[in-house]
Amino acid sequence: METRELICIGCPMGCQLTIEMNDTEVVSVAGNTCPRGETYAKKEVTNPTRIVTSTVRVEGGEMDMVSVKTREDIPKGKIFDCVHALKNVTVAAPVNIGDVVLRNAAGTGVDIVATRNVGVPNQHGN
Amino acid sequence: MKAYDIMSASETPCLHEWRTANGDHDSCKAASSTESANHDIMSASETPCLHEWRTANGDHDSCEAASSTESANHDIMSASETPCLHEWRTANGDHDSCKAASSTESANYDIVIIGGGPAGLAAAVSAKKNGCESILILERDRELGGILNQCIHNGFGLHTFKEELTGPEYAARFIEQARELGIEYKLNTMVMDISHEKTVTAMNRTDGLFEIQAKAVILAMGCRERSRGALNIPGYRPAGIFSAGTAQRLVNMEGYLPGRKVVILGSGDIGLIMARRMTFEGAKVQVVAELMPFSGGLKRNIVQCLDDYDIPLKLSHTVVDIRGRERVEGVTIAQVDPHGKPIAGTEEEYECDTLLLSCGLIPENELSSGMGIDMNPVTSGPNVNESLETNIEGVFACGNVLHVHDLVDFVSEEATAAGKNAAQYVQTESDRNACAAEKAETNQRNASEQITLNPIDGVRYTVPHTIRIDRMSDTLTVRFRVGNVYKNCYVSAYFNDERVIHKKRPVMAPGEMEDIKLSREKLESFPNLKTITIKVEEA
Repeated sequence: METRELICIGCPMGCQLTIEMNDTEVVSVAGNTCPRGETYAKKEVTNPTRIVTSTVRVEGGEMDMVSVKTREDIPKGKIFDCVHALKNVTVAAPVNIGDVVLRNAAGTGVDIVATRNVGVPNQHGN
Repeated sequence: MKAYDIMSASETPCLHEWRTANGDHDSCKAASSTESANHDIMSASETPCLHEWRTANGDHDSCEAASSTESANHDIMSASETPCLHEWRTANGDHDSCKAASSTESANYDIVIIGGGPAGLAAAVSAKKNGCESILILERDRELGGILNQCIHNGFGLHTFKEELTGPEYAARFIEQARELGIEYKLNTMVMDISHEKTVTAMNRTDGLFEIQAKAVILAMGCRERSRGALNIPGYRPAGIFSAGTAQRLVNMEGYLPGRKVVILGSGDIGLIMARRMTFEGAKVQVVAELMPFSGGLKRNIVQCLDDYDIPLKLSHTVVDIRGRERVEGVTIAQVDPHGKPIAGTEEEYECDTLLLSCGLIPENELSSGMGIDMNPVTSGPNVNESLETNIEGVFACGNVLHVHDLVDFVSEEATAAGKNAAQYVQTESDRNACAAEKAETNQRNASEQITLNPIDGVRYTVPHTIRIDRMSDTLTVRFRVGNVYKNCYVSAYFNDERVIHKKRPVMAPGEMEDIKLSREKLESFPNLKTITIKVEEA
């Protein structure tokens, strides 16, 4: 039996989780104060995932950069593949929250979407 | 709505000319009140210029469109509209629309909110929903949303929206609400002064210097980062030393990478977030040094921003030297003793071109102290009562200007309360003015006794600082921070000398805000309640 210690990141509480594992199987989770802790612990020790946030360049916008995120969480091991895939991506203004910036980022099956609006210069009401 | 900020001081002289010419004093009462506020600050040169333009232009059709927009949407108003409007109005003899226009020009608002970040937005939305129709937000940046716009990482809104949003998305939700509610705002506008009588002096490039009279003011200016100068780090002063928030803005909004080999001093949340962000952008973050024996940041940020990328966090360490004349070439980090003094012989050299500072946030209260608000030395924010009202009646504070928060969700919650309280204050004031009998009653209520909150034994401060039971809501959230890391301890509240609340907390840390809830019923039923002492007690 193997024991792993984690800090839950489901909320600011930051519960100290103790996970007992039998090989790759989770036997028990302790220390959590809500069901999210257990879900997080099981996932983190078997298939850890993250939402990745970054920025890409905007052409013809009132700002040069637009912030983006993976629409859902992606495998932790794919974070840098995603970041690299965004390196040469440029989008044209106007950009709206939720617009797809990159489809199926780094083969994760997850799209990368804009998280802010960028209007074109002098166009009011953005 | 956005067009509001192009309303300029040059409007008034034209109106003035028109009025003089027409002798129509009744329909322009509101306008003249604006004028009295603005007249002194106008330069003589403006009037003829605008006048000339107007004569030359004579474009009445487009003016008509503008003026109808104006009456529908109060805040669209530009220098060009007013003179045209006047001509159009005169031509049509339509005095009703004139009224609408003149009320727009009024420099009187029920509530003026200083700052359009998360606190200001939530306060505005709440004030409007609680019946206040006349609200103006003054924002110094080019857009609403405040610091959220540069916080592109996720983790916002778990409490408020029950989903995980990025900063810009969280801001956009509130901006959208404010827009739907038709809340007025001015961007690129710097508030210079607020008088004790709630006259707000502000300036921007289109209006020049102007004054606005408010019935209530909500302070929502946020906070700023502690700078190198305030930290007294020895060494040279080369380029390459940034506060973490400056670096965040450069990377996330302006598209610049401040450097490639980075050392971070301080483990505040922005520093932790920037450790990950700089790593994504190809920089090598070598170490995060923290003076205290614990991190000032949230747990999840330590896990997801440092641990995930194998960035070491050195607790009880600080920067003792910065090298490089033109650009940072390296820093020296040393361990510190329990008093924070560097221990000789523990120095380590780090080669780097960038040093980021994430060493705490300071509420931005120059305006508050300038108007004579009673400040709390621990929070560096105003002392407030249960209504989040300062010692100056009708002046409220919320968000990071009041005390630095860990989560924006709590800022929104607090600001919502402040907005509601300000709206109620404005309502009560107008009722009071309308009815003298009630005035006496309110005065009596003003004299009602205050309960003082007394933070001791590990509790550094509380917000609010005083409570008037008759004004408190059914449940009042008292927020505070602790001064150290406590495990398996209790938070206790003593009513006078009697322990009434005794709540177990598995872990408390200075980086995370704590709260306890006080019920009005309990406070009312306690005889002769003078002081509520809040403290940490060992198990």
